[in-house]
Amino acid sequence: MDLALIPNGVQRCSLKTFVLWSLLWLALIAWGVVSAFLVFWKGLNQTNMNHYFAFGLWIVFDLSLIALGAGAFFTGFLTHIVGAVFIYSFRENLRAIINAAVVIGFICYSAAIAMLGVDIGQPLRAWFIFWHANVHSMLTEVTFCISAYLGVLTIEYLPLILSNRKLKQLPEFDIFGDTLHHVVALFAAVGTFLSFFHQGSLGGMFGVLFGRPFAFREGFFIWPWTFFLFIHSSIAAGPCFTLLCIWVTQKATGKQLVRKATFTLLAKISGWLLATYMIVKIADTIAWAYGVVPRAGLSFMDFYQAPYGVWLIIAEIGIFGVIPAIILITPKFRERDNLLVIGALMNVIGLVINRFVFSIQTLAVPVMPFDQFMTYFPSWQEWGIGFGVIGYGILIFALSYRYLPLFPQEPALNPVEVLGGVVTDSGAIKRS
Amino acid sequence: MFPFVFEWSWAWDAGRIVFMGLLYMVLGAMGLGLLYAFVMTWLKLTGREELYERLWLRFPFTLW
Repeated sequence: MDLALIPNGVQRCSLKTFVLWSLLWLALIAWGVVSAFLVFWKGLNQTNMNHYFAFGLWIVFDLSLIALGAGAFFTGFLTHIVGAVFIYSFRENLRAIINAAVVIGFICYSAAIAMLGVDIGQPLRAWFIFWHANVHSMLTEVTFCISAYLGVLTIEYLPLILSNRKLKQLPEFDIFGDTLHHVVALFAAVGTFLSFFHQGSLGGMFGVLFGRPFAFREGFFIWPWTFFLFIHSSIAAGPCFTLLCIWVTQKATGKQLVRKATFTLLAKISGWLLATYMIVKIADTIAWAYGVVPRAGLSFMDFYQAPYGVWLIIAEIGIFGVIPAIILITPKFRERDNLLVIGALMNVIGLVINRFVFSIQTLAVPVMPFDQFMTYFPSWQEWGIGFGVIGYGILIFALSYRYLPLFPQEPALNPVEVLGGVVTDSGAIKRS
Repeated sequence: MFPFVFEWSWAWDAGRIVFMGLLYMVLGAMGLGLLYAFVMTWLKLTGREELYERLWLRFPFTLW
């Protein structure tokens, strides 16, 4: 049965090896399930969150996952809209990774929503935010957008699932999947629209915190500068995360799944976006340090105390911002495999630090004269949910890789001979 | 979110109209896309080839 589900023209490990390998990720998921059960049963006292830290590890994970999942919408936007209309030549390279980008996006968003389900403490009342929507809240906008975008990602994922070798034999599934894929540009456009607003509003949510001078920013019309910075950083890091996931899959399987040109293209796009992001981020930091900070009656160093010292801003902007930008925009650096992967990894780490800083450090800084600079460390239940999500993501991606034609270039790059002939058709989606 | 929820107001409120308008536009686009796929699948499965060909979207509607 297992062999019948594997796409034509590709080789996969034995089912036994796959199951054994999956056990590790299932163990992580089990840890997450136990943690979630404890939170649902006993409440949020299972976490180390408190009145100071209403946002904890889960929100850092959420913000990071949503930003890293931006590779899906941005790659879809470049492939199906920009690539189709304006820049025809690079579309073929991006089509080699668009399936993987959609799966990664689906994993990131479904995991983020599952985490939020635990984080809100009362999941049975989660529908309140939809039913009694406060349209003037950035969080309401984020909730609507990420829920709708998960729907878009599911629709984009569906043609890939239906192109499974066995499912494709049913004409209903085959035609439906093909038709859905035919109008994928519509969903890519909707996804781009939704992503633009929720990536931005996640940043805007911090920027409007007038009583939190660490996060507060002025801006344009109703949007603080953090709105635009979050969009910019997510589209700079999202493609790099997609690149890293594919690179890890290549290393784990020992196969080349996409051509080198695709990696360098992703790195180039990410690199230039990161470089421009670094310019506006540095400008924003300087404007904040000389504008918001003195007006709040504070000094720059008031915001950087142990353990969230000044090293954080050096790490975020300098080490994991400027350096990867230089690596990724310089052709001779990004052409070297090791540097390309290091640059992409540093870009992703920089984004996670940025989201950590906005979620945790914002809350650590005292806002009242009698407050102290606070610190927070997650409980094992919080780590459990976090690692459970990682296990879930790896398992879904592994299952998709095993049973679906995730990488259209794989059969050509790794030819498989059957009865003396090379099988080249993996069942990957083709345009009618 | 819906007109039958008690907070709903028909009074002029630009913020609400923009927010809800965009939300329902997005949901409508998603619904139309899905509906199109269902209808086309049904047409193909029931052998209505001519209508299927006529309704098959082409560039620029698919941007392809």
